[in-house]
Amino acid sequence: MSQIKTIAIKEFKDYFISPIAYIVIALFLIVTGWFFFSTFFIYSRADLRDFFALLPIVFSFFIPAITMRLFAEERNVGSYETLLTMPVSFFHIALGKFFAATAFAGAMLIPTLSYPLFISFIGDLDLGPVAGGYLGAIFLAGAYCAMGLFASALTRNQIIAFIIGCALCFTLTILNRMLFFMPPKIVTFIEYIGASSHFTNFSKGILDTRDILYFISLIVIFLFSTHLVMQEKN
Amino acid sequence: MIEIQDLTKYYNDFCAVDHVTLSVRPGEILGLLGPNGAGKTTALRMLTGYFRPTSGRISVKDLHMPQDTLKIKSLIGYLPESAPLYHNMLVYDYLTYVAELKGLANKNQQQERFKALSDLCGLSGIMHKPIATLSKGLKQRVGLAHAMMTDPEILILDEPTSGLDPNQIAEIRDIIRNIGKEKTIVFSTHILSEAEATCDRIVIINKGKVVADDTTASLKKGALHDSFIRLTLKGPDPQKAQDFLTAMDQQLEITALAPEKDGLVSFEIRSPANRDVRPDIYLKIKQTDWIIMELAKEAQALEKIFQKLTREDA
Repeated sequence: MSQIKTIAIKEFKDYFISPIAYIVIALFLIVTGWFFFSTFFIYSRADLRDFFALLPIVFSFFIPAITMRLFAEERNVGSYETLLTMPVSFFHIALGKFFAATAFAGAMLIPTLSYPLFISFIGDLDLGPVAGGYLGAIFLAGAYCAMGLFASALTRNQIIAFIIGCALCFTLTILNRMLFFMPPKIVTFIEYIGASSHFTNFSKGILDTRDILYFISLIVIFLFSTHLVMQEKN
Repeated sequence: MIEIQDLTKYYNDFCAVDHVTLSVRPGEILGLLGPNGAGKTTALRMLTGYFRPTSGRISVKDLHMPQDTLKIKSLIGYLPESAPLYHNMLVYDYLTYVAELKGLANKNQQQERFKALSDLCGLSGIMHKPIATLSKGLKQRVGLAHAMMTDPEILILDEPTSGLDPNQIAEIRDIIRNIGKEKTIVFSTHILSEAEATCDRIVIINKGKVVADDTTASLKKGALHDSFIRLTLKGPDPQKAQDFLTAMDQQLEITALAPEKDGLVSFEIRSPANRDVRPDIYLKIKQTDWIIMELAKEAQALEKIFQKLTREDA
């Protein structure tokens, strides 16, 4: 347990030692701020619905950028060997890195708390959906981090890890918009697989165990796959 | 201490380590020798639990891989080749990270250990420098401190002196010899004089197979029966001197070497069956007016054994 914590803290600090953290957070704020506020005043609605609607698509590009280095860089530099020959298991390493990435994604969301703060000054903001949305955002970020981690474990090339990660996250994000292509029999199934509908429930302020279970199973599946890949690569 | 049985590793079709059986006794310094690509690193990586063997068994003390891998890892300190470290960390932060991963969580104990390691490995001046700015020798020392963090019973070092300058090589060797008084050390190298100077026992591997396994002394004595003597004379005409020596003993095989300076003549004399012919040569030359500048038994015996055992056609 303490190994997971040590690895998580080290990986989390790594983001802030290098310029990665500052660039990613700044860019994330610019992108979400621009798209959110460009239409915000048109509807004159005091809520964050459009912000949360943006998140899955923005995350599917930003999260793989955060996770791409986690395994690929270690493999490339060779420090993976040093790490694996210490008394830690694959399980410790995968979980430690996963928590670090998720925590960083959480840190990325903190500055966006200024949006609801600002909106609450100019209108009557309902706090329920906002709180639900942020909780959902953490679950969504966790699921995408697990997928990005899996992509990073596949290769020693960070660019390939990024592209595979984006492809995985993007597929889950847009699956719901592709429903009209699907045969009617599997539509409900595909809708359940896609991440957007589950996240939308959160951002409406609905806490449904099915949605929580969906994200947790996604995290478990991809962390387990990461574990398998690590074992297979040795 | 360490028992390896029939250890084999395939990379796809390529057999890197081929049925290696070895045992390392407690307190022994074992040198793993072999040309590049012989399978030294692969063997060490399996021993440290980084690679999974294709087949074969590894046990350390009473622990067996793979079920006790975690416990075995905590008994072993490992320095990989060219010490791959996290470049963006400070040395001190890195050591703290390693200490915590290896279960040394108490801050006071950590400080004490850091002090001891910094004396042993000479880290005192670089504790607060980023690892990326260190020279290769310094990185190697940080790697060594990493390996020795929890004072493990077994140290495994993969080419610890490769790429270092002669002073650094001497320092690392001193450190190894110092630690080796109490610990079991396995290290790989392709520098023969290094193995000769530091090891109790030498294992030579070639193309994944063990081709020699013996103590350093008996390996030098046993494997090659002929001994080589180097003789340098001042005064004589080269041809005359060679005839003179040949006439002395028909069994000797004499090769003239390129002269170092004018007036000097050098020979390599090979005598069969490990017979020391130096007294005979001295007595014979005493009768002439030539001056003996050098009369020495070649110390390169190990090099010749190595070449013989690992030559491509062997």
